[in-house]
Amino acid sequence: MALYPKPAEGSWTEHFPGVGTGVLSYEDCISPEFYEAEREAIFKRAWLNVGRVEDVPRVGSYFTKEIEVAATSLVVVRDLTGQVRAFHNICRHRGNKLMWNDYPRAETAGSCRAFTCKYHGWRYDLTGKLTFVQQEGEFFDLDKADYGLVPVHCEVWAGFIFINLAESPEPLQVFLGAMVTDLGGYPFDALTERYDFTADIRCNWKIFLDAFQEYYHVPVLHSQEATPAARPKMPGFEAPYYNLDGPHRMVATSGPPRRLWPTDYQYPIEIATRSGLFGPWNEPDLGDDLPGVNPGGIKAWQMSNFQIFPNMEILIWQTGWYMLYRYWPTSHNTHRFEGSLFFPPARTASDRAAQECAVVMFKEFALQDAGMLVGTQQGLESRAVRDDFPLNDQELLVRHFHNSVASWVDDYQRAHPVSVTR
Amino acid sequence: MPHFAKPPAGSWTQHYPELGTAPVDYTDSVDPAFYELEKVAIFRRSWLNVGRVEKLPRTGSYFTRELAVLDTSLIIVKGADGKIRAFHNVCRHRGNKLVWNDFPGEESAGVCRQFTCKYHAWRYDLTGKLTFIQQEGEFFGVDKDQYGLKEVACDVWEGFIFINLEPAESLTEYLGDLAKGIEGYPFHEMTSVYTYRAEVGSNWKLFIDAFAEFYHAPVLHHKQAVKNEAEKLVGYGFEALHYELSSPHSMVSSWGGMAPPKDPSMVKPIERALRSGLFGPWDRPAIEGLDPLPPSINPSRSPSWGTDSFEFFPNFTLLFWAPGWYLTYNYWPTAVDRHLFEANLYFVPARSARERLAQELATVTFKEYALQDGNTLEATQSMLASRVVSEFPLNDQEILLRHLHKVVADRVKEYTDAAAR
Amino acid sequence: MPLPAEFADLEPYLAWALPTESERYARRLDSSLVEMQTFYDAAFPRLEEAIVYCDEHPYDDLPEDARTLLRLMQSLVMVSFPVEVWKQARVPDSGAAYLTVTAEPVV
Repeated sequence: MALYPKPAEGSWTEHFPGVGTGVLSYEDCISPEFYEAEREAIFKRAWLNVGRVEDVPRVGSYFTKEIEVAATSLVVVRDLTGQVRAFHNICRHRGNKLMWNDYPRAETAGSCRAFTCKYHGWRYDLTGKLTFVQQEGEFFDLDKADYGLVPVHCEVWAGFIFINLAESPEPLQVFLGAMVTDLGGYPFDALTERYDFTADIRCNWKIFLDAFQEYYHVPVLHSQEATPAARPKMPGFEAPYYNLDGPHRMVATSGPPRRLWPTDYQYPIEIATRSGLFGPWNEPDLGDDLPGVNPGGIKAWQMSNFQIFPNMEILIWQTGWYMLYRYWPTSHNTHRFEGSLFFPPARTASDRAAQECAVVMFKEFALQDAGMLVGTQQGLESRAVRDDFPLNDQELLVRHFHNSVASWVDDYQRAHPVSVTR
Repeated sequence: MPHFAKPPAGSWTQHYPELGTAPVDYTDSVDPAFYELEKVAIFRRSWLNVGRVEKLPRTGSYFTRELAVLDTSLIIVKGADGKIRAFHNVCRHRGNKLVWNDFPGEESAGVCRQFTCKYHAWRYDLTGKLTFIQQEGEFFGVDKDQYGLKEVACDVWEGFIFINLEPAESLTEYLGDLAKGIEGYPFHEMTSVYTYRAEVGSNWKLFIDAFAEFYHAPVLHHKQAVKNEAEKLVGYGFEALHYELSSPHSMVSSWGGMAPPKDPSMVKPIERALRSGLFGPWDRPAIEGLDPLPPSINPSRSPSWGTDSFEFFPNFTLLFWAPGWYLTYNYWPTAVDRHLFEANLYFVPARSARERLAQELATVTFKEYALQDGNTLEATQSMLASRVVSEFPLNDQEILLRHLHKVVADRVKEYTDAAAR
Repeated sequence: MPLPAEFADLEPYLAWALPTESERYARRLDSSLVEMQTFYDAAFPRLEEAIVYCDEHPYDDLPEDARTLLRLMQSLVMVSFPVEVWKQARVPDSGAAYLTVTAEPVV
């Protein structure tokens, strides 16, 4: 009784070679040793999204990014030529953190002509070059050219700023692959009205990420997404389309726009604000040609959720807005979640009210996920059940994600036989 | 073009050729294994300052010290003979902590005639001798003489109490000539004390680093001076009058034209009103012993002398200010990236509200600076831990840092070499 | 405890007459710059007279009203950095750092 046709192989899972249908181990979410391996194998080798170009609007605009999983802090800046650069946020003199405000571990942002260390006044220009040493004559054979900021690879795709901590990583676009880069023409730059959320969550980063790449749980955990009248009519969940490309993956959903649903299937506030979980009803005109957003060409397309390895999600709604999630590990059983919602700038109070309704609803349901997944972490850590979690066809992306993580860790450990120790 | 003369070698650093001038590796401040070695190679076998004699005014006065870096708690007590002794704070019966109040991890102090264990009431006298066993007849051939408190070497220099778990030399031998040249300073007159404590999220050496160089002062603390003065200070930078190494100890001597300032408009209104500031009350207390000063203090005998900072290895700073007061700093490691910082500010007791408020301003100002330093260290620690960069160039005004890290490395190496043999 | 009659104009700031550094520092952190500036503007011009008043009595045996006045002036010292330098209650760049007084001479 499938709502949508499945691939010829009988399931999405079997459609993609190498994914397999066996049971899954969640040891990768509870093992401190595995976390140490991920730090080296994934977070110091993969391209990581740290922001948008709108975060560095002008020459000298900068922000810092704490990357606990790689034990470092970065400063990302737009230089005089307009290029976006990234550096380790450390002064070369005595190792002080270069850019911070009041709280050393809190992120900061601003605009400057040069970076000046608070401690001894050393200055670096926007390309990281050391330009001033306080009392330079007191040093011994100090060549300023040897003491620039330590650069980090930094590239921009579609306005998303990525960094890579490896010595010589493959180019960003090669890493992202065709499925993701096909999105490059989407008008992300027109959606600049932004709501940012952050949360410190006591579960492994992959547990939380998993919750946002399968919708099998939605009719159950989030049953209140549907009104009491609609609830009995809610089927289980099926997606009309999945795709995988390298370590990246996506799922699309379809259905009539929520605005066309019967009125008793909507909450009063949705009707009043003409908005809801799926976004404002007044769709902005983003042009007819939105390449890449619906690669399956499915009918009544509703949204596409792109999971960009390792820790980034871009979720694009047919209603003309998108969400960006990032999951930053802080230990094997904690992480910091960042969720941002991007809309076209509101032109009227009713535009703004519609956005507000979508934003509030996002938070209601994200909090449900956050609450439950701490429970998942605790359950897994009991190790009462270890290696035989069955995953269904609608959880293909979960399966593929854990496989990709394992494969990156394996590759790294093969190349570095002295295994990573704590 | 230095404002003050440097040694003929061209720099203070090259005056001590064993130091070299190469960049310094700070792995010693982030590596947990190295910290474990420091504990045994340095802290267990150095004379460590644990307080002053004024904390033990009478027979039976005692205080305890929780010293994570030694993995122990100590009792320091004054006996009926006036002698100060130190003991491990552990009852010989079943290992209970002997002296504590409410919270076993917190330090305590008081006066007693003997120590009685809370657990089974074994009693020890002020010399550590076991004097009473509850139901002694239930034991099997226990000789009370064999069960006294475990004593730790303890000695006093100029009123400063030191302990050493594994002493290889006497306290005065250990402190050496640098300390000898301080003897006679009127410490005993300066008994009005302000004590500060903070837990700092950095390796212990980083805070010493911050206090052992003033190269950072015009920059980090520039907001504290009035604007014109601040700009002038950054322009001048910092130069010391004199450095002296007497391994493992060291000192730096600095100018101090601010107490009183040549131009009163250089300082803040409250400083003018109270005739005081960071450098202390401008008017010297009327006591003996400040003129002339002992030979190690202001060793270059400069008329513009302001302050001397002595670094007694490993973790004790003694800092004198020209206007006649002094501070001590103690840095007690609790982990590779944490330590407990203690500061004591000692003044001649105020005799008037005017003197008291002048001292108050000096202590408040000290706190403003120390908070900035302490917080910056946490930022430094977090980035050193990234190990993105390990070697750092130190300049001539940072010679005491270079020396400290070298002595630490040398002591650890001596220990590991000896252990390997 | 009220202030000496000559200093009755400082009565609105009696809450600043605190006996310990911990209390004075806590009050500073809990105060707005405007509150501290108002207190400073009222107390600073009276500082010298307050010292003279207190020092008419033996320091080790101050009458209660002089003791209160002295404590008020200790708080003036406490707010001098926020008012004269920082323009905020907290020390800039001090973040979560703290430094607790565990002993100080009594007044």
